[in-house]
Amino acid sequence: MDLELTEREFMHPGHVGCPGCGAAIAMRFVLKALGEKMMMVLPACCWSVIAGPYPSTTLKIPVIHSAFETGGATASGVRAALDMKGDTETTVVTWAGDGGTFDIGFQALSGAVERNENFIYVCYDNEAYMNTGIQRSSSTPYGAWTTTTPGKDWKKMRKKNIVEALAAHRIPYAATASISHPEDLVRKVKKAQAAKGSRFLHIFASCPTGWKIPSEMAVKIARMAVQTNIFPLYEVEDGLRYTINLKPKRFPVREYFKIQGRFQHLTDQDLDVIQKMVDEDWELLLRKAGEHA
Amino acid sequence: MKQVLEGSQAVAEAVRLARVQVVSAYPITPQTHIVEILSDYCATGKMNAKFLRVESEHSCMAALIGAQSAGVRTFTATSGQGLALMHELLHWASGARLPIVMAEVNRALAPGWNIWVDQTDTLAQRDTGWIQFYCEDSQEVVDTTLQAYKLAESVALPVMVVLDAFFLSHTYEPVDVPSQEEADRFLPPYEARFELDTKNPCSFGPLVPPAVYMEMRHDMAAAMDTALTNFTRIEDEYAQVFGRRYGAVEAVRCDDAEIVFVTSGTITSTARLVLENLRGRGEKLGILKIKLFRPFPVDEIRRALEGSKKIAVIDRNFSFGASGIFAQEVRAALCNAPTRAPVFGYIVGIGGRDVTPEILEEIYWKTKNNALPERESVWIGLQEVSHGS
Repeated sequence: MDLELTEREFMHPGHVGCPGCGAAIAMRFVLKALGEKMMMVLPACCWSVIAGPYPSTTLKIPVIHSAFETGGATASGVRAALDMKGDTETTVVTWAGDGGTFDIGFQALSGAVERNENFIYVCYDNEAYMNTGIQRSSSTPYGAWTTTTPGKDWKKMRKKNIVEALAAHRIPYAATASISHPEDLVRKVKKAQAAKGSRFLHIFASCPTGWKIPSEMAVKIARMAVQTNIFPLYEVEDGLRYTINLKPKRFPVREYFKIQGRFQHLTDQDLDVIQKMVDEDWELLLRKAGEHA
Repeated sequence: MKQVLEGSQAVAEAVRLARVQVVSAYPITPQTHIVEILSDYCATGKMNAKFLRVESEHSCMAALIGAQSAGVRTFTATSGQGLALMHELLHWASGARLPIVMAEVNRALAPGWNIWVDQTDTLAQRDTGWIQFYCEDSQEVVDTTLQAYKLAESVALPVMVVLDAFFLSHTYEPVDVPSQEEADRFLPPYEARFELDTKNPCSFGPLVPPAVYMEMRHDMAAAMDTALTNFTRIEDEYAQVFGRRYGAVEAVRCDDAEIVFVTSGTITSTARLVLENLRGRGEKLGILKIKLFRPFPVDEIRRALEGSKKIAVIDRNFSFGASGIFAQEVRAALCNAPTRAPVFGYIVGIGGRDVTPEILEEIYWKTKNNALPERESVWIGLQEVSHGS
């Protein structure tokens, strides 16, 4: 596998993430794909902590930490200032978690992409408020335990489809990617960087701590999410043109759920319901891509 | 050159003269004229600036935080609910030490919906680390807005220039608008102390442990103190170019005054008329206009109020469970002064109700005829309301 990536690292050795942190893996690949002419807006998320406390930082790039719900807005301001200074080369990137993207930052994100602000918004998705200790977000999947969906109150709502919401804004580029498929991830980052206007990347970033899996399973579980079609890899151009990047063998979802502590309460019947949902979503995606099962 | 301008346009002219590079705003009455004019200036090239038409006031302040951090001069304007929505990011702007300048048109907070003047919106933000100026007329708005940039940039703190809804924002007055050359002579181009830079990558605003957070806050406190002395110097520089100065406070005939009105905003102009009338009848009234509210000019206030026998603070705002906010601040400022007169607190003009010369005269006589305040806050002009039994 040749990722055509620079040898250069944009993270110092060491960070404050948990062992096996998918978000740290995602950051490393994205930074290497983007190169040094970039600056990052970092609204509150796990990475606010992973980067390390003052005066240390693991990031070798210019970073502005920002309030939780401001990822889209702060980046709009940074971009405007660079434009006024005549700097059109530097890529502005917002790096936000699922809480800051799907929930509290959704308004600012929607506003920014409706204006087609010229920046890349990356959501690394670990499917709950992990930084505050595993609370439910609107990205948390159906069936999951979290500290705010405990016991019989496990989450009964579907995960919000954020890429569809972004595509509905008709932005130039929106795509999913996973830490388990770095070649696909890197290609998409570079494609996004080469484009103009609002670009959105939704990166599946496993969380061993929150998902209750061994840390060495971080990449494998992400690969299983792709291979079961729980997290399909695809891209949408101009909100219209869908391309499915990988057609997996469609392993049953059961395997994926069985090895994660957060799903241990689910019965076989629950898993059947989930399998149906996943199949349904896949059929819908195929139709959008102009393909048939 | 003298022009007849609406207060809102006075703000916009100063922003144009300050060569602001990024403007962002969300519309709210009565701020809208300011941002409509600036939109037009950005669209027609009268200003070389980018206008970010954001989807909320919260995003507006976030966008300015981003823009100012990337090294350009910024501006916004808001009112009432809009300022309340920005609250979180007001703290962020000052904590990040960003010299953002905002015009705030005082508007009453809902419910019920009320678009008229009331200072509670801005005064409720007194602890956010923003410098605050309260203006009396459109000339002062132009001058203060230009000075605001110089002051903000000298101490790396944001500044709010506050004006009364309608009584100032929508009132036309003759205003001496500086030329661009004069403005440039006073206010040099913006140079950021620190900015996002790919050649010098730094992290702004990361996690800060208790071991250093307190020192950072103390630095902000020190910068606020410095703002007080810098403002005097900046006013001197301004007076050299334009021949006008206002002071952090203005004491009008306080030297021999027995009763001093403490005022802010447009009520001051009405008070000036009342002072002339009452002085003509032999009454020894003075006025202390407070222009600079944060940092609070304690020494100037103590000095100005030294000789007065009674102080009447006139508040167009209220802190529930306490009193008028200027009254609180004046009482606190005098608490450790060697001599202090009783402080009478009057609440007037809430939610845009007119404050007439008659009302101010009533306040004068109430103060004169009572040895001590009957209550901490006396609400003036309340109608009889039946609350049932």
